Amino acid sequence: MKKRVVSVLLVGMLVASIFTFAGCSSTGSSNDVIKLGFIGPTTGDAAIYGSSAEAGAMLAAEEINAAGGIDGKDVEIIAYDTKADQTEAVNAYNRLRDQDGVIAVIGGTLSGETLAMKDIMVSDNMPVLSPTATAVEVTQDAPNIFRACFLDDYQGAAAANFSADTLGAKTAALLVGAGNPYSEGVSKAFETAFVAKGGSIVGTESYGTTDKDFSAQLTKIKEMNPAVVFVPDYVQTVGPILQKAKEMGITAKFVGADGWDGVQVEYADAAQGNYFTNHYAADSPSQTVQDFITAYTTKYDKVPNSFAALGYDAVYTMVSAIKTAGSTEAESIITALAATEHAGVTGNLKFNENGDPKDKEVTIIKIDGGELKYEATVVN
Amino acid sequence: MNLFLQQVINGLNVGSIYALIAIGYTMVYGIIKLINFAHGEIMMFGAYFAFIAATSFQMPVWAVLLLSMTIMAIIGVAIEFVAYRPLRNAPRLSALITAIGVSLFLQNLALIIFKPEPKVMPKIFPEMIIKIGSIEISSTTLITIGLSLVFMVLLDLYIRKTKQGRAMRAVSEDKDAAILMGVNVNRTISLTFALGSALGALGGVLYSVAYIQVYPTMGVMPGLKAFIAAVLGGIGIVPGAMLGGFIIGMVETLTKAYLSTTWADAIVFGILIIVLLFKPTGILGKNTREKV
Amino acid sequence: MDKSKRRAYIINTIAIIALYIIFFVLIQTQTMNKYFIGIAILTCIMIIMAMSLNIVAGFLGQMALGHAGFMAIGAYSSASFSIALFNSGTELPNIVVLILAMAVGGTIAGIFGILIGTPTLRLRGDYLGIVTIGFSEIIRIFFVNFQPTGGAAGLKGITKLVNFNNVYWITIIVIILIFTLGRSKQGRAIISIREDEIASESAGIPTTRYKVLGFSMAAFFAGIGGALYAHYQAFLEPSKFGFMFSIEMFVIVVLGGLGSLTGSIISAIVLTILPEMLRGFAEYRLLVYSLVLIIMMIFRPQGIFGRSEFSLTTAIDALILRKNTKNTVDGGES
Repeated sequence: MKKRVVSVLLVGMLVASIFTFAGCSSTGSSNDVIKLGFIGPTTGDAAIYGSSAEAGAMLAAEEINAAGGIDGKDVEIIAYDTKADQTEAVNAYNRLRDQDGVIAVIGGTLSGETLAMKDIMVSDNMPVLSPTATAVEVTQDAPNIFRACFLDDYQGAAAANFSADTLGAKTAALLVGAGNPYSEGVSKAFETAFVAKGGSIVGTESYGTTDKDFSAQLTKIKEMNPAVVFVPDYVQTVGPILQKAKEMGITAKFVGADGWDGVQVEYADAAQGNYFTNHYAADSPSQTVQDFITAYTTKYDKVPNSFAALGYDAVYTMVSAIKTAGSTEAESIITALAATEHAGVTGNLKFNENGDPKDKEVTIIKIDGGELKYEATVVN
Repeated sequence: MNLFLQQVINGLNVGSIYALIAIGYTMVYGIIKLINFAHGEIMMFGAYFAFIAATSFQMPVWAVLLLSMTIMAIIGVAIEFVAYRPLRNAPRLSALITAIGVSLFLQNLALIIFKPEPKVMPKIFPEMIIKIGSIEISSTTLITIGLSLVFMVLLDLYIRKTKQGRAMRAVSEDKDAAILMGVNVNRTISLTFALGSALGALGGVLYSVAYIQVYPTMGVMPGLKAFIAAVLGGIGIVPGAMLGGFIIGMVETLTKAYLSTTWADAIVFGILIIVLLFKPTGILGKNTREKV
Repeated sequence: MDKSKRRAYIINTIAIIALYIIFFVLIQTQTMNKYFIGIAILTCIMIIMAMSLNIVAGFLGQMALGHAGFMAIGAYSSASFSIALFNSGTELPNIVVLILAMAVGGTIAGIFGILIGTPTLRLRGDYLGIVTIGFSEIIRIFFVNFQPTGGAAGLKGITKLVNFNNVYWITIIVIILIFTLGRSKQGRAIISIREDEIASESAGIPTTRYKVLGFSMAAFFAGIGGALYAHYQAFLEPSKFGFMFSIEMFVIVVLGGLGSLTGSIISAIVLTILPEMLRGFAEYRLLVYSLVLIIMMIFRPQGIFGRSEFSLTTAIDALILRKNTKNTVDGGES
């Protein structure tokens, strides 16, 4: 009987809290705050991507507010977790729009979650700037959706050109994250461009998204003996691959994409002498870049990666568009965003008719002695 | 041929870690018929404690292993006491849900304490490459396989030769009869959790040394694979878990090497299904006829 | 039809219509915004999923941990069907397309239920659990690698056909169908297998056939749930149908009470809304969720309702008329 009472109480409490939460979370919109939404995974397998981009976005908002906000109004970023789950993403977006009343959204962080939200975002005509969703379809037929990152083929081609021209490689092997659209997209572009340069792909190996054991694939790549191994994936996958490759004595140069940013921190030895394409160079003389790196390192006590830099730039770009628009009305923000040009950490961001970055420079970075060194600039 | 041998060694390496983790699943299952879903998270926390011991306190290898295994043994016993013991006489599925809850809880606790960024496990074992003929084996691989085997043999001896080991077997055979024979069931179950968790922690440390990373969700996939290994070998049977672990590791590596990397997990599951269809209680499982 | 039964029908019908009217008014007056409507739709889908899983887990008493796989089959097949239908230029009202898509999704998932159930259902308990996980993972990996449905990048271009109106009535119909199934001759046969398989076999019940029947019915309704999900989200990613999603559904069923359909409904509502309620807690959200799970199980191991059903008539009697009523047959505590 006692247990029965407890359980009835528990259920009662749950039901009651559902209603109270639903009731009180619909906050009245105050006039002195401009609310932006952020959407990305901060728990689960992909947590590192969402939390990095979120950290960059939060830093930007803090700086903007310290500098007087938008015409005296503070910028507030409301961030929701998606667990990298498409349903959660849609719920988070609906909540940002209806409960929190945000006027624009920075997100989603991953391509999948962004595509899941795309239709509703388009029909709401919500100003959206995704910092890091690379899939081509994200911005297609969506006049209100923009992105700050490269498209997959853009940097894949840049990496291929660099490998063929500068490194003089004739043979390359691909090591691809199967089931990871980013990795698949970039390596496909690399392959096309590398073959067009007269090089040959001696083999393609792949691994699953949750794999941690790359010895089988690397053993095969060692046998192929290519000049270059192209591994477009994120630091936490690339790090162990490079480490294992070094242990196994693979001498080929490894080349990667912007997901490598941050590899110098924990995997300096393994990554020594390898290259990747990025949005900016950490040793760039640009004041914006240096200020960002200092501020981020001070605030979070860790080195920023490309997700953080793109999240940071996305907020600045959005805020600059809101300032230009002079209103919080969706249509004028979108118009302003389309015409915005923002010189940020990740280069000069302006959009083409699709809402993708236009003429963004690809920087080639060399990892040397635990530092990221500027190597070359490529414009496709 | 060399390439093949190299891949076999890779397979043994993964397999030995799966085997260690699988033992924890199988011991707990054998004694209280519970799939301890939180076992993967115990492995993860074991790796984190080893990471802290090795980086912040610069401890020597034996101390790192000892510390991580001891702490996780205590935590394992605590989990059983808080979350599973109240449900010992409840429907089995309720205990399963609690185990899932504990697993989610530990995973998200780690996410909050340690943040999602993977930490890089320092190389706590001496590093060198050993050449046998034209095959190259890293010392880490050899130590991983060696340590796992040593602990598995020790555990097997412990279960077969000591009084406590006999008590464990008695409880898993027939709990009520064991009580009548004067076995302290609660203490035996606690001991089982302590041993299983300690081996899980060892598995976690070896896993994180082999794949150099420690992160909050690291227990999920090896946990699932080890669970499959335990079932494949016949859940509840310790040698079965070891056998299952090595089979899964080997199948996985060889599939990746010679068939397909994207379908590797599907093939592992496929083999499990086929084995279970022909031998419904696993490879070493006893076929019990059900009587009215 | 005796008097008390008729009374029960009337009360339940009134309740269903009243609930609908409440939602209708809330939506029309915009008290309930799109966010809440979205959650309400998801809740309905989760109710269908939980109830269908309860056929296997509760009625049949089998540990099935691969429900997400059947949902994925239903979702992908129905979505491919509706995309093909729209591309062929056939002009049909949306609701008809949705019903056809549901039929396709449900049927294909049901066929897979028979194909998977026939060999595997002779396994017991945890072995069946792991094999169902295995099949569901193989299904997921198949969709990751199957390019015609978009592979890992996901299936795009599904028309959004589900809204609160149609999903509410579809859910009601599914609830009625599953309740009827539970009380039918087949349903009773299935339940007898749960109680004692050997005894029911000696009583002349073809246990294997009924097990497969129950399993494929569950798969069929899971396919319908998947079809609704596909046409609500308008986008499908294989990663959604991972092993954790199956576990999530299983948690709903056990928490509601194995074998209690009303329990599944209540539990699906609570566990779909709970994570949304906790959204403000940011990274502490899942920590709180898991704690609630552990505490609820420790204090109520047999689930919210155990095996008994919540009955509106009994509740009304107890509340208003203060009649001394006794709950249904097995009385809750099991």
